[in-house]
Amino acid sequence: MIKVVNVNKTFGEKHVLKDINATFDDGKVNMIIGRSGSGKTVLLKNIVGLLTPETGEIYFNGREFVNVDEKGKREIRKEMGMVFQGSALFTSNNVEENVMLPLDLFTKMTKAEKQKRVDFCLDRVGIVNAHHSFPSEISGGMQKRVAIARAIALNPRYLFCDEPNSGLDPQTSILIDQLIKEITVEYNITTIVNTHDMNSIMEIGDNICFIYQGNKWWQGSKDDIFTTDNEELNDFVFASNLYKKIKKAQNNE
Amino acid sequence: MNLFVTIGKYFSLMGSVFSKPVNRKIFFRRLLSEIEQIGFDSVGIVCIVSVFMGAVLTIQMGINFESPIIPRYIIGLSTRDSMILEFSSTIVCLILSGRVGSNIASEIGTMRITEQIDALEIMGVNSANYLILPKIIAAFVTFPFLALLSIILGILGGCFIAFTMPDIVTVADYLYGLHYAFVPFYVTYTVIKIAVFAILITSISAFFGYYTEGGALEVGKSSTKAVVYSIISVLLFNLILTQVLLT
Repeated sequence: MIKVVNVNKTFGEKHVLKDINATFDDGKVNMIIGRSGSGKTVLLKNIVGLLTPETGEIYFNGREFVNVDEKGKREIRKEMGMVFQGSALFTSNNVEENVMLPLDLFTKMTKAEKQKRVDFCLDRVGIVNAHHSFPSEISGGMQKRVAIARAIALNPRYLFCDEPNSGLDPQTSILIDQLIKEITVEYNITTIVNTHDMNSIMEIGDNICFIYQGNKWWQGSKDDIFTTDNEELNDFVFASNLYKKIKKAQNNE
Repeated sequence: MNLFVTIGKYFSLMGSVFSKPVNRKIFFRRLLSEIEQIGFDSVGIVCIVSVFMGAVLTIQMGINFESPIIPRYIIGLSTRDSMILEFSSTIVCLILSGRVGSNIASEIGTMRITEQIDALEIMGVNSANYLILPKIIAAFVTFPFLALLSIILGILGGCFIAFTMPDIVTVADYLYGLHYAFVPFYVTYTVIKIAVFAILITSISAFFGYYTEGGALEVGKSSTKAVVYSIISVLLFNLILTQVLLT
């Protein structure tokens, strides 16, 4: 479980995160949603330690993360996997080497064991016959899958995905969403997905945290989204005609 | 104030760079790869530049020392000492600042803006140590060899002029000059200088790459800054080291 307590973040005069409190549960796909510029990426970066909040604490299963030294942070980070918006694969390494790197760095596995693990992870995300391709030689969807394979290579306790569907077609997006959901449940990982894609939210969101102008505005399940009277959340969710129609249909029922 | 902040950030980054690698095997694998990219891949440009520098130096010395009271072997001696003292270390490093420095800054800068450095950090890797230390050590190890290669090729360039243009200097005079009043410490001095320059070029370029923010345009700007500041630091430390080691 990840717990965010009174987190504040400013950039110069701009107060981007305002006293955020949130809890993200194990074995669930937790989603941080909100409009562009609402502060959701900043919140995710604070949680993983790429940014440091001015005030507040972040707990990973009871272990405080913000105020520990670099060494302590690295220890907790070894339990994290992250899928970046642009995949962030190492361009000078091929697919197999990308997934192998965390194993090379942090395990004492034999070469055969590492190869087996890499094959398993790539197989798990549906990558076949591309082990020796370079990131520039594969599609965006495949890059995301390789990024997921790399993120799960060390059996992480925490998985973070920053807009995993950005730039992908709807069908590939659904595949990526399903993969994230399956992996979360299968390994009982605490997953946090940062997105503004309503299809993803309705497809896999278990626990949804809505950020509005740097504040945590609402938290609940995907079922609650349709019944909430939170005006700002309704504006966000029903910006699309499709969801307006779904709500209308639900109301008629 | 900004300068002091930048210098502070540089030393803070170097603090992270010079720490124990997370995995020795990976470190040595990366080191070998960097030795190839930074050292071996620079051999071509160093060869070309050195041969031409030696040849031009010999011609210029020949023209400037046209006096009956100056013996002709001075041309060989001057070419040798100029190559050892200045050209094979400082001038070669100014050229390597462009080749190696811009390459390092743009590589690390691109990794920064495409979140590859963040990906390393999330894995629990000290990204500065992982990316920068092998580059600094690779340059520190290979640059002195490049300097020695440059000295040899520069002298051979001069030798070529002696063979082809005996009216400037004869081969016998040139070879006599090469052997005359040789100070072995000059070679030590140039090796020390180029080793220091190697650390400066790689660390300064890596610094500008590591703190790149924005997009492709900023990577280009970081690359330019890396070359400019590397060159300035090489010139500054050339003065300091010459004062310390030769006076």
